Amino acid sequence: MLRVNSAKQALLTSGVAVLLLMGAAGVALGADASAPDASASASAPAAAPGSVQAVMAMASKVAQQQLADKKKKDEEERLKGFGADWESWEPDNSVADTASLQRGLRDFAGYCRGCHSLKYMRYSRMADDLQITPDQLKKFLLPAGDQPSDYVSSPMPPADAQTWFGKVPPDLSLIARARGDGYLFRFLTTFFSDPTRPTGANNLQLPSVAMPHVLSTLEGVKVAVFKTVDKEQVFDHFVQVAPGSLSHEEYLATVRDLVNFLDYVGEPAQVQRRSLGVKVVLFLLAFTALTYLLKREYWKNVH
Amino acid sequence: MVVAVKPADSGGPGNENPSKGLKAWFYKRLPVKEFIETQATGYYAPKNFNIWYFFGFIAMVVLVLQLLTGIFLTMFYKPGEATAFDSVEFIMREVQYGWLIRYLHSTGASAFFLVVYLHMYRALMYGSYRAPRELLWLFGMLVYLALMAEAFMGYVLPWGNMSYWAANVIVNIFGTIPLIGPTLVEWIRGDYGIADATLNRFFALHVVAVPLALLLLVVLHLVALRRTGSNNPDGIEIKANLGKDGHPVDGIPFHPYYSVKDSFGISVFLVIFAVVVFFAPTLGGYFLEHANFEPTNIFSTPNPITPSWYFTPYYAILRAIPDQRLGALLMALSLVCFLLLPWLDRSPVKSIRYKGPLSKAFLALFTVSFLSLMYLGLQEPTPNMVILGRLATGGYFAFFILMPFYTRLERVKPVPDRVRFEAHA
Repeated sequence: MLRVNSAKQALLTSGVAVLLLMGAAGVALGADASAPDASASASAPAAAPGSVQAVMAMASKVAQQQLADKKKKDEEERLKGFGADWESWEPDNSVADTASLQRGLRDFAGYCRGCHSLKYMRYSRMADDLQITPDQLKKFLLPAGDQPSDYVSSPMPPADAQTWFGKVPPDLSLIARARGDGYLFRFLTTFFSDPTRPTGANNLQLPSVAMPHVLSTLEGVKVAVFKTVDKEQVFDHFVQVAPGSLSHEEYLATVRDLVNFLDYVGEPAQVQRRSLGVKVVLFLLAFTALTYLLKREYWKNVH
Repeated sequence: MVVAVKPADSGGPGNENPSKGLKAWFYKRLPVKEFIETQATGYYAPKNFNIWYFFGFIAMVVLVLQLLTGIFLTMFYKPGEATAFDSVEFIMREVQYGWLIRYLHSTGASAFFLVVYLHMYRALMYGSYRAPRELLWLFGMLVYLALMAEAFMGYVLPWGNMSYWAANVIVNIFGTIPLIGPTLVEWIRGDYGIADATLNRFFALHVVAVPLALLLLVVLHLVALRRTGSNNPDGIEIKANLGKDGHPVDGIPFHPYYSVKDSFGISVFLVIFAVVVFFAPTLGGYFLEHANFEPTNIFSTPNPITPSWYFTPYYAILRAIPDQRLGALLMALSLVCFLLLPWLDRSPVKSIRYKGPLSKAFLALFTVSFLSLMYLGLQEPTPNMVILGRLATGGYFAFFILMPFYTRLERVKPVPDRVRFEAHA
């Protein structure tokens, strides 16, 4: 034991001991306290996916008009040409945005799951993390015959995929960790029409990609214009040649949600990780302050 | 045996040999009191330790952390080509706090090297490897070598794509040894390529053999330290200046003074460590590489293949030399240099504080070279990078090879009789 020579030393020593005990108790209790809890997420105010529209409705007509004007101008720019700066495109997403993750999951189920699995991800875990009720999960997401505890699988037989695309579509559980969010965002936003490819589409981020542009009904069709630099064909810009069902801004938002969802899937514990981290670091800072005072108290008489 | 106890002392804990009770029962059978006395309260350390003297203790704490988190990882990790990668993802996603245990262990590996490098650099600066501490230094170097083996094999276990290809690169280095090389490589792998057999033996070595060796070496390192006592920033033997009580006048009991000071040091370390674990566990791909989140794929080589950041100085030396065999030899020599250090340094003084300008210049050259090699090992080997790598390799070896000369040639400053110490505010 630490030999204690003064009241101050006693106070500081007991302070360190109390913090250590608190830390130990926190570790012991934490295992239960922070376990994914369905009742907690049910009572928490769910981030309503419709809230964006609600705010929009409250905005003044002037602001709406300005927004519409800006959109129109953006769309006109699309027709003239864009994308020279594609290599710097980033999604600017946040896995703390649950509504975005919900939309990403919805679109993943609609556009990606037909070919790509998430073999490390259970439906029930996603429902817990993304505040989706068991009823919603069964009604909108769970394929017929699958249990909530099942992993997200793709119905496409690998042998057929090999025949159709020359490649089995990769599992996407860890794609965001392996490639990064920026890569995925650029991949999904730089498809362009290319009649020389079997799928009719090519990609700037992953040239000669085997995957067709599955989101083209949303984005519309764009072509790439190349220029010749040192006898080599270099990408210059895109021109939008046919509109999709979404405006360009809406399409980017959709891709952002998808990338955000894949980021979450890459490491489902990351929201919990950051929130626990704040507590741990604050605890350690308090502990550091106390050990500093204790050290100073013991060393003040060393000459 | 009944020991007479002065009444005034009976209130203080640990002051006396208790004559009855559970404590006495233990004390009679185990030298608890003697152990505490020789290791802590009666072990006198120089009082002029600076910030560089925290890292040995921190390294001990990280070792314990690695052992504890390693035990829990072993409960869920499944060695084998078909199961390893999946089991790591199982730990990350489905084991309660598995992600935390895994990040503590993976960040702990990098932290271990960081504090060991700082600990070694401290020895370089203050001449802690000099007589009579040669064995202390050698045991420390063996700890470092064992740590490298431990880290390398641990890196292979997740069986990601970088695990596989880095294992290929590193194991093939042994193939450059004349005559026995190819056979030796096959013996290490247990197969004609890095495969299931390799993964399983690396698991056995990583969780049993090397940790045991590490623990033994750490104990030897500490036993040797208790024999010679710690060096200090002035490089003066405090035992040469004893007070009336028989203790060094410039020494203070390790406990409570350094136990209290080290608990502050470890607190600061843990704050930084926790920030990485909770907010940047991959540290932008340096602590956990992006390519290792893809399972092993023998048809797809990551470009470039980079080892973990703590191996990159040696990797850069290997790549700087066009001949593979010569490169591997030089890489081995770069480690042997460290072992020879106690006999290369011929300076009459230990600490950089009193050495001459040549020693300071060469230590600076070594520092720049080592950090440059660390950086270059992470880059693609373009021709310019290779040339820089050769220059840095030259700087690295110049520090060691020329040491017997520049340490004797230069004029040193007079060493004071007592350590320099200013009372803490």
